[in-house]
Amino acid sequence: MNNKTFPNEQMYQEIILDHFRNPKNSGVVKNANGHAHDVNTACGDEVGITLLVKKDIIKDVKFDGKGCAISIAATSMLTENIIGNKVADVIAMDKQEVLDLLGVPISGMRLKCALLGFKVLKMAIVEYEGKK
Amino acid sequence: MAKEVGKDFPILSRKVHGKRLVYLDSAATSQKPESVLDAERAYYETMNANVHRGVHTLSAEATEAYENARKKVAAFINSSPEEIIFTRNATEGINLVSKTFGMANLKRGDLIVLTVMEHHSNIVPWQQLANERGALLAFVDIDGRGVLDQQQYLSFLKKKPKIVVFTQISNVLGTLNPVKEMTRRAHDAGAVVLVDACQSVSHTAIDVKDIGCDFLVFSGHKMLGPTGIGALYGRKELLEHMPPFLVGGDMIREVTLSKSTWNDVPHKFEAGTPNVAGAIGLAAAVDYLQTYGMDKVAGHVRTLTDYALRQLKKVPGISILGSDDRIGLVSFVMEGIPPHDVASILDDHGVAVRSGHHCAMPLHARLGLESSVRASFQIYNTKEDIDVLVDALLHCRKVFGL
Ligand SMILES: Cc1ncc(COP(=O)(O)O)c(C=O)c1O
Repeated sequence: MNNKTFPNEQMYQEIILDHFRNPKNSGVVKNANGHAHDVNTACGDEVGITLLVKKDIIKDVKFDGKGCAISIAATSMLTENIIGNKVADVIAMDKQEVLDLLGVPISGMRLKCALLGFKVLKMAIVEYEGKK
Repeated sequence: MAKEVGKDFPILSRKVHGKRLVYLDSAATSQKPESVLDAERAYYETMNANVHRGVHTLSAEATEAYENARKKVAAFINSSPEEIIFTRNATEGINLVSKTFGMANLKRGDLIVLTVMEHHSNIVPWQQLANERGALLAFVDIDGRGVLDQQQYLSFLKKKPKIVVFTQISNVLGTLNPVKEMTRRAHDAGAVVLVDACQSVSHTAIDVKDIGCDFLVFSGHKMLGPTGIGALYGRKELLEHMPPFLVGGDMIREVTLSKSTWNDVPHKFEAGTPNVAGAIGLAAAVDYLQTYGMDKVAGHVRTLTDYALRQLKKVPGISILGSDDRIGLVSFVMEGIPPHDVASILDDHGVAVRSGHHCAMPLHARLGLESSVRASFQIYNTKEDIDVLVDALLHCRKVFGL
């Protein structure tokens, strides 16, 4: 399939569909010490994140959300990737690093979907930092 | 009809990702015929000047063109020019009414009746008014087919609401509400009625005298006109007793350093230099619709809507929101494919549809959904457009391995 004539279809690779259908880390961390929730105002996609940080290491993170395949798959892949990482390293990630995790080209109109989970994750970390 | 019509819309000849543009998002905003673009351009090229403010030739011509546009829009919905206020859009028209009529007439404990199928722009201004005035809101529910519960409506009217507002056609369900009957009932209960005609103005002939409503709003951009221009119809007696909305130039009769008096309606409600080119473009859109006649336009849109319903029902896994009795649009969800992803994949095929809550979050919540896909139709759409949509939806299922 040609990239130029079907640019959006390129996003829906098997890996994305897998994460969409069976998201990793879905749910709520019970003894969480960081929480956040946000919606994409344009479309109503919604992500909530709970995380457990110990000694500045992300011990556990879970999300629940309603939304498109891209936002769910992206959040799933992001959470999978950051468990065991230092909070400071997660906060320091730039958008491109998050998009690179997906391994598929995200078209312009869908960047917000792909980055919603990252935005909420950072909000949850900020909440955790604020309580320290 | 639509084949020849399409030629009048320059944008329809463009390509998207190398495919013919199939524009099925007219409920969000319609495309514009060449005659509308020409009218705006001709105004700037031949008579641009400020209106109501000069004795020179250009100002006189611009003023005449602007006021003629008002006359044309007035005649289009069977009202008179003093009853047409040009606004930026329907949202501004509703805000105008809530902030002037509403603020002046609502007291603590008064009731406003709305419906659960309203667009946010016909909910939020009333919520705000209710908050500021301590008034109450009651929302008429829909039944399983997406039709307003008229029994509940009548029970709300028994509580003697001050203001009743409803849309003529739902921008999600396509339901055509019985606005004339609903207005009569509301008037019997002593309420003032505002009708949101955004979706109906280019799909049905509107006669405000026949409907009997006190206010009616619409946006030019959904009826083949330019963005940034809309109209509020208001009954003259009401307009005359309402306080002004925005204040400043043009809307005054006399200004001294200590006080001002207001101009006659409708000018009292048009502060500052208006969107002259927009009004002229809107009048050209009215002319364009009238070359076909609203009956023919409505017939075409209805035929397309019925065809779309029949064809879409053949797509496996589709659920259509609302009943079959509708005009102008079909909203739906696809099993296993979120609306946003449907819209993205359709875009690859040149098909433009809306995905999301369509500024009707309460209605989506009522339907137990966050979002849906909406295909909406205008005078320039064809059955082939719908065939392309259906094929592209079948393709979506393949992409998702369904
Ligand atoms: C039924 C309805 N009411 C109100 C509006 C608001 O129109 P506008 O954004 O042009 O003010 C819309 C359009 O989005 C609509 O469909």
